[in-house]
Amino acid sequence: MNMQNPNFLLMVEGLTVSFDGFKAVNDLSFYVEPNECRVIIGPNGAGKTTVLDLICGRTKATAGSVKFKDKELLAMREDQIVHAGVGRKFQTPSVYEDLTVFENLELSYPKGHSVFGALTFRRDANVKARIKEIAETIFLEDLLDEKAAYLSHGQKQWLEIGMLLIQDPELLMLDEPVAGMSVAERKKTAELLRRIVEDRSVIVIEHDMGFVADIATRVTVLHQGKTLSEGSMERVQNDPKVIEVYLGH
Amino acid sequence: MERSSNRLFTTQDILGFAVLAVIIFIVLPMALDSFRLNLFGKYLTYAFVAVGLVLCWGAGGILSLGQGVFFGLGGYCMAMFLKLEASTPKNTAIQSTPGIPDFMDWNQLTALPWWWEPFNSLFFTMIAVVAVPVVFALIIGVAMFRRRVGGVYFAIITQAFAAILTILIIGQQGFTGGVNGITDLRTLHGWDIRTNDAKEVLYFVNAGLLFACLLIAQFVRKSKLGRLLIAMRDQEDRVRFSGYDVASFKIFIFCLGAAFAGIGGAMFTLQVGFMSPTLVGIVPSIEMVIFCAVGGRLSILGAVYGALLVNWAKTSLSESFPELWLLGLGGLFIAVVMVFPNGLAGVYAEHIAPRLSGLFGGKTGAAKSPKETPAE
Repeated sequence: MNMQNPNFLLMVEGLTVSFDGFKAVNDLSFYVEPNECRVIIGPNGAGKTTVLDLICGRTKATAGSVKFKDKELLAMREDQIVHAGVGRKFQTPSVYEDLTVFENLELSYPKGHSVFGALTFRRDANVKARIKEIAETIFLEDLLDEKAAYLSHGQKQWLEIGMLLIQDPELLMLDEPVAGMSVAERKKTAELLRRIVEDRSVIVIEHDMGFVADIATRVTVLHQGKTLSEGSMERVQNDPKVIEVYLGH
Repeated sequence: MERSSNRLFTTQDILGFAVLAVIIFIVLPMALDSFRLNLFGKYLTYAFVAVGLVLCWGAGGILSLGQGVFFGLGGYCMAMFLKLEASTPKNTAIQSTPGIPDFMDWNQLTALPWWWEPFNSLFFTMIAVVAVPVVFALIIGVAMFRRRVGGVYFAIITQAFAAILTILIIGQQGFTGGVNGITDLRTLHGWDIRTNDAKEVLYFVNAGLLFACLLIAQFVRKSKLGRLLIAMRDQEDRVRFSGYDVASFKIFIFCLGAAFAGIGGAMFTLQVGFMSPTLVGIVPSIEMVIFCAVGGRLSILGAVYGALLVNWAKTSLSESFPELWLLGLGGLFIAVVMVFPNGLAGVYAEHIAPRLSGLFGGKTGAAKSPKETPAE
């Protein structure tokens, strides 16, 4: 693969993290193109969530490089990585339960991020319009005044996706976005994701193979912190190595 | 779509502020003699600390068990100024070195330490009352929050600071007045603060400053920063990964709490006429948390009531049963934690406000979720 290809949005090279000698991610490399929906699959403990943690700065890497639009993310603080254009959704829905849906989205609106900015932040027409627009995208336009604590599990997942969308990141990372969702919610989420991918790149961790086939541009299979296989869904599904460690049983 | 939480004052807030203003500015001064009014003035100085704690602890989830440090620093700054003014060469003519504070003379100091010099200026002192606690809080805040120290660890470390400062003050007797503190304070720019008239004026100045702090606190809580604090308390990582530098917000709110406490400490010195290490250490710091907890840690007005009620109970009880007070205080704290975790404000929001709104035709928007609607 040509490492200098300027067309890649995200270049992960030789990424390694070691927890007391255990290498959760071991010399991992992969490349994400603009407008690509990359799905990472793999058995439990393969290091999927750790990879996202490393990219967004939650975990510090031991070695390697993560370049986003030619900027080295490993040297940046979490909030700086967000401002560079990388959004991250956690596995368990992380929303502010004591605040309303509107306030949840408002706090994620990309303005007033300094102490002074937060003190003087005004809820102007632009902010309101943008929040309304996002709320429609994530199917919550009727629940803007509801406290997030009262939302269903699936609605909380949508809300968190909405909180990322409002920042309009170029790279969105979603950790099991459909976990715990009903069949109907799953379908709506797949539809939501397809719309999201239209103007950005997305990295998704997912176990539900039907859902993966539905959204993936390319699939990376992780095993013991390394890439086991990579390519289209079809190719990966027919890879004997993948069948043996992951899909076979 | 108008959302009430975005307005600086809801109808309920205005009512709450008005009721408290009437109590503090009219009812108490009319009902109490000058001695008791001065006592309530003293209680109100603790309310500054409690309001700061509502912002740090209630809103931001940062529990500081060392607010006495900031109260003490503010109080000592004021006391140093007043002591210098009281130590004129004429007043201290019998000392071996006239013109320096008496306790320095007793400790064989022959000159005023250099860091006492600026406190000859009232202007400098007024700035220092706020600036010294804030700088101190800034140092602690940067050291702790940048390293992501939080929760119990932060509480214990702040408590250690309270212990350290007390030991330092007691140990450096010649510079600080030691365990007795700085006493025998007389005048403020020539104005005798020991008279009943002066105490009455100081009571109103204190009350006015408290309301100024309450307004600042209200503004902060109703700004986006206030909602961010709640968000940080519940989901710190989500806030961080929404592009906020979490530590800077914690440092800000901790410094604001320290500034309030410093003003309270200075007003304490002025009204009570001394400052001593007993107001700085671990026990007073924990008492201040209890004032806040009893009033309701989510409500800035609740904190004021908490400070007033607990201190009033303390005075009344310890006048009649001095040995029982500490037991009573401990029991009160346990009761608050176990029975009404949101304090008086929580009781008001859950039981009284719905009934009141029923009385007045339900216009007050009967508390939708009693759990989190603090009475203000």
